[in-house]
Amino acid sequence: MAERRGNWDKAEDDLPVYLARPGTADQVPRQKHGGLFCSVEGAYESKTIDFDALSVGQRGSRTPRTTKRDTGLEARSPASDCKSSSPRLERPAASRDSARVEIRAAAGKEVLQNLPDEKSDRLLIKGGRIVNDDQSFCADIYMEDGLIKQIGDNLIVPGGVKTIEANGKMVIPGGIDIHTHFQMPYRGTTTVDDFTQGSKAALAGGTTMIVDHVIPEPGSSLIEAYDQWRQWADEKACCDYSLHVDVTHWNDSVKQEVNTLIKDKGVNSFQVYMAYKDYYQMSNSELYEIFTFLAENGGIAQVHAENGEIIAEEQARMLQMGITGPEGHVLSRPEELEAEAVFRAITIASQTNCPLYVTRVMSKSAADIISQARKKGNVVFGEPITASLGTDGTHYWSKNWAKAASFVTSPPLSPDPTTPDYLNTLLASGDLNVTGSAHCTFSVAQKAIGKDDFTQIPEGVNGVEERMALIWDKAVTSGKMDENMFVAVTSTNAAKILNLYPRKGRIAVGSDADLVIWDSDSVHTITAKTHNSAAEYNVFEGMELRGAPLVVICQGKIVLEDGTMHATSGVGRFIPCSPFPDFAYKRVKARKQLAVLRAVPRGMYDGPVSEFSPMSRGGTPSASARTSPTKQPVRNLHQSGFSLAGNPAPRGPPTPDDIPIRPAGRRIVVPPGGRSNITSLS
Amino acid sequence: MLCCIQIFPFIGYRGPALSKSERLLIKGGRVVNDDQSLYADVYIEDGLIKQVGENLVVPGGVKVVEAKGQMVIPGGIDVNTCLMKPYLGTQPVDDFLQGTKAALAGGTTMIIDHVTPQPGDSLLEAFEHWQEAADRKACCDYSLHVDIPQWHGGVKEELELLVQEKGINSFQVYMAYKDVFQMTDTQLYEAFSFLKELGAVVLVHAENGDLIAQEQRKILSMGITGPEGHPLSRPEELEAEAVFRAITLGNRVNCPVYITKVMSKSAADTVTQARRKGSVVFGEPITASLATDGSHYWSKNWAKAAAYVTSPPLSPDPTTPDHLHTLLACGDLQLVGSAHCAYSVSQKAIGKDDFTLIPEGTNGIEERMGFVWDKAVAMGKMDENQFVAVTSTNAAKIFNLYPRKGRIAVGSDADIVIWDPDRIKTITAKLQQSALEYNIFEGLECRGGPSLVLSQGRVVYEEGKLQVQQGAGRFIPRKPFPDYAYQRIKFRNQVQHGVSRGMYDGPVYDVPSTPKYITPAPSAKTSPTSHQPPPIRNLHQSNFSLSGAQIDDNVPRRSGHRIVAPPGGRSNITSLG
Repeated sequence: MAERRGNWDKAEDDLPVYLARPGTADQVPRQKHGGLFCSVEGAYESKTIDFDALSVGQRGSRTPRTTKRDTGLEARSPASDCKSSSPRLERPAASRDSARVEIRAAAGKEVLQNLPDEKSDRLLIKGGRIVNDDQSFCADIYMEDGLIKQIGDNLIVPGGVKTIEANGKMVIPGGIDIHTHFQMPYRGTTTVDDFTQGSKAALAGGTTMIVDHVIPEPGSSLIEAYDQWRQWADEKACCDYSLHVDVTHWNDSVKQEVNTLIKDKGVNSFQVYMAYKDYYQMSNSELYEIFTFLAENGGIAQVHAENGEIIAEEQARMLQMGITGPEGHVLSRPEELEAEAVFRAITIASQTNCPLYVTRVMSKSAADIISQARKKGNVVFGEPITASLGTDGTHYWSKNWAKAASFVTSPPLSPDPTTPDYLNTLLASGDLNVTGSAHCTFSVAQKAIGKDDFTQIPEGVNGVEERMALIWDKAVTSGKMDENMFVAVTSTNAAKILNLYPRKGRIAVGSDADLVIWDSDSVHTITAKTHNSAAEYNVFEGMELRGAPLVVICQGKIVLEDGTMHATSGVGRFIPCSPFPDFAYKRVKARKQLAVLRAVPRGMYDGPVSEFSPMSRGGTPSASARTSPTKQPVRNLHQSGFSLAGNPAPRGPPTPDDIPIRPAGRRIVVPPGGRSNITSLS
Repeated sequence: MLCCIQIFPFIGYRGPALSKSERLLIKGGRVVNDDQSLYADVYIEDGLIKQVGENLVVPGGVKVVEAKGQMVIPGGIDVNTCLMKPYLGTQPVDDFLQGTKAALAGGTTMIIDHVTPQPGDSLLEAFEHWQEAADRKACCDYSLHVDIPQWHGGVKEELELLVQEKGINSFQVYMAYKDVFQMTDTQLYEAFSFLKELGAVVLVHAENGDLIAQEQRKILSMGITGPEGHPLSRPEELEAEAVFRAITLGNRVNCPVYITKVMSKSAADTVTQARRKGSVVFGEPITASLATDGSHYWSKNWAKAAAYVTSPPLSPDPTTPDHLHTLLACGDLQLVGSAHCAYSVSQKAIGKDDFTLIPEGTNGIEERMGFVWDKAVAMGKMDENQFVAVTSTNAAKIFNLYPRKGRIAVGSDADIVIWDPDRIKTITAKLQQSALEYNIFEGLECRGGPSLVLSQGRVVYEEGKLQVQQGAGRFIPRKPFPDYAYQRIKFRNQVQHGVSRGMYDGPVYDVPSTPKYITPAPSAKTSPTSHQPPPIRNLHQSNFSLSGAQIDDNVPRRSGHRIVAPPGGRSNITSLG
């Protein structure tokens, strides 16, 4: 194997990069160990992208190619076996480098805002199997200062480091819950899970980063709302967080604010609403403008996709029929309204060439629309949530009002019991990309605001804690999905969309030390009695899930161990997201260059023009007769002006540049002073 | 042996009998209906089919037409024409006389024209105006659709009157033409609901007008003012999107939806998929979308490019006509219109500096049947029975004219065409009946055409010669609730019931009164920095549990639970849970 690598490396030196590998003519010795699918040691290094930009104070980081060549050359002498140490031989030097950097420079400490005791920051995970979205391999991980410093076997680490024995268990990047509503204000109250409670629940479930939605009141400032959320979260969050900002109204000043948020505030995703008529809902024209603006500035357009106008009509109809309980919620928001809005959003996004992100994919038909659009090449991402992946909407018909109400969320859970399975399948196949929880918990008393009118029930379900385990149970243990895809949908893809990759969402040197040791065999039963959320109910009550986090490491510190939490509120940092994430924008950029429209160069039309009464207002093109229809048609004036009739006789179908031959005897109305362009050009 | 196909004791409105003495026998033809073909003679008297069969006993002195084994088919029905649609004070060059002449020459013996009132006009007056003009000029039977330019309360009365007394059962609504004809989703929902109660068919012009307006602004600002701006600003996605939305609305309201002018593959596919899911939806491709494509918008000849301008635009994808024919053949699209709306070049030139002002419309009334034959039947995609279905029978069924129209049977109107499948004709503006100076199908060869056309029992077209009588066309009234569209709808009108459950009597969070009614949504009325109400959850945290994931779960209460019972009653929620 070492020889093989050596060959490649030589070839790489001679040939242009794009020819290097496939062009190698040398005979490649057959690989002896493990065959095609064995883990190739050292392969992960080449995946490690240049971290110079990201890692603070890490001098020893190298570009993949150099690292690779070094290891390749060095690896020739020692006999490489499956636990080959060839890449590691060179490692210690790098690690010592970085260690020195840490000791000397204060730069390393700045990253760890709220960690006064640095001693406990050093952590070694031994004997784990690292699972990234692209591959799994066995290696140890050494962390320091909240960053991953080394990965490999037989690491040389300073003494006195706390060591965790993983015993062959999976070590995965911490989950990223891309959709939460912690501490969300609602009619004078807030959701019962604030940032402390919510992020604790997140950590308990193996999620080490959340992305919360900032929801400004329509008419109020986006930046003020953003600052408010920042303040709340900075005070209380136990894990790193980032923010989406919802655009609840649209005008030029909002445009300015969105621009500022993208440029200066580290927000790259903005949610718009197609539902909530007369409140949050945006018209198609506004959506078009917002999407155009976001596409120019590198933002991701998130949509809450439901047809608000039809919902309003249906709600009125349900109430009129005397249906006031929670079942009215799902009856007035059937899944086809979700599918319709998804279709429309995709159309608008494709017109404006803007990447689209559909939040809360709750039904099969909506998911189908997304996967069809992806097959047609649209840049669209779908986010099913914990609830839609784990339960269904039959509970809306529960005789227990409070139970039924606890499931109320929008779009509603589909009453079709096959939905969760279907969505898990699409998640496994890559048609849906990320998972959120849309965790938004209200107490029963708060839900009871709508006890006489389902339209008043505050919307939201729990799910931040259950998200990872539920996907593991429903998709991985059922054989739909492999562990790498599991990492992709729970963490990596979210990081890519938010442009945080590879800082988050990957176990690699230089990445943040947000890790989870995942126990794929533990079985636990979900119940409101033991969950970490403050809500009195749990929509997954009684569900048995296989798979759970054993140890959760957040910012390089152990926050969950043996079922005990050590979360500290306020340690969560705001992670700014930069615009133009490659995952979404690479294709968009390429298409922008292609989609340049050009006018057809043709001479002026100078034939006769029929008289017409001009439109009084500048409307869009349409028939709008100001005169009465009884007016004499004017066509006789020009009837024989000229003809486009070609030679009647033997001619094929007209080509675009067909030449109409003017029949003899036709008058041409020539404008004074020029020949008729139309005939000269034609 | 007298072999009758079918007997329909048909009693209906009859216009003035213009052709009383006309007795006619078609001998030796092959009668083709939408369900079967058979060799039979057809005897016609007083504009009606009196006998169908072999060896008919007929009175002496009857004019005999020898069909010589050619097909005898029901006359075509063109469900979409605009022969009087005003545009900025001008009118199409083909009026009811010119237009119906062209129709008859192409084998179409009935048209359904669109009454297009302007916003603010009375629908009833517009209808009467159209009817009066058509009665004066039309050479073949006709009926009318009425377009609803604006939705408001006052329209409802007129619609009711039109349906109940005037014999109109189809109305068109627009999802395009922002600020003029376009309706919002809410208005569409109301219009659909109301028209469904009346038993009418809702015709939808499906394009997303909001986005078109945006795109037009963008295209014009890029300096594109020629006809190519028309398809660029109306990409087919916008058509598909609107079709999808219209179908969703139709499903919610439980109302049949009829998509006029299916111009693109994606729109047709959307219709197909919806039909697979059981939606009651009909799709109508038009002559232009079946026979040509949108590449001509890029022609260097402005007038030629402008001639193709219609909405939704012809798709620039050259495989579109083939695809639409395939869907027609398999029944996913049901009928063919022409959307014939003929504006002369000088009228089109109103938009010479701005493509958004070009009057929209293409020709196609005369070529309609020929192209379906040429591109679908002669290519082996479609059989002759399906040909009859898509050109005539389905239209008669959807608009409740069947079996008076759209079928050769005893008692039906004698609108008959003898079809020559081998006739080859090259389309040219020089030889057309239409008054236009161009033809968008110029130079195309078309196999198949009528050799003889009977309208109301009279020969109106024979061997290339028209013998029409102006004003002979009768208005054919149509009844609401056509079975073809409404039978399924009736079964689906079930009522949903709420869940009967006890009142919730647990604690309720006190909501500060909001000034206006809002739809359910998170709404922070208090400033975020102001004092937060203490989290109330601790008060109730252990009040009751929802444990158990079953619908009617019977989980025993945990011991040690306090239940806050309201004074004077036990808590319903726990008794039910």
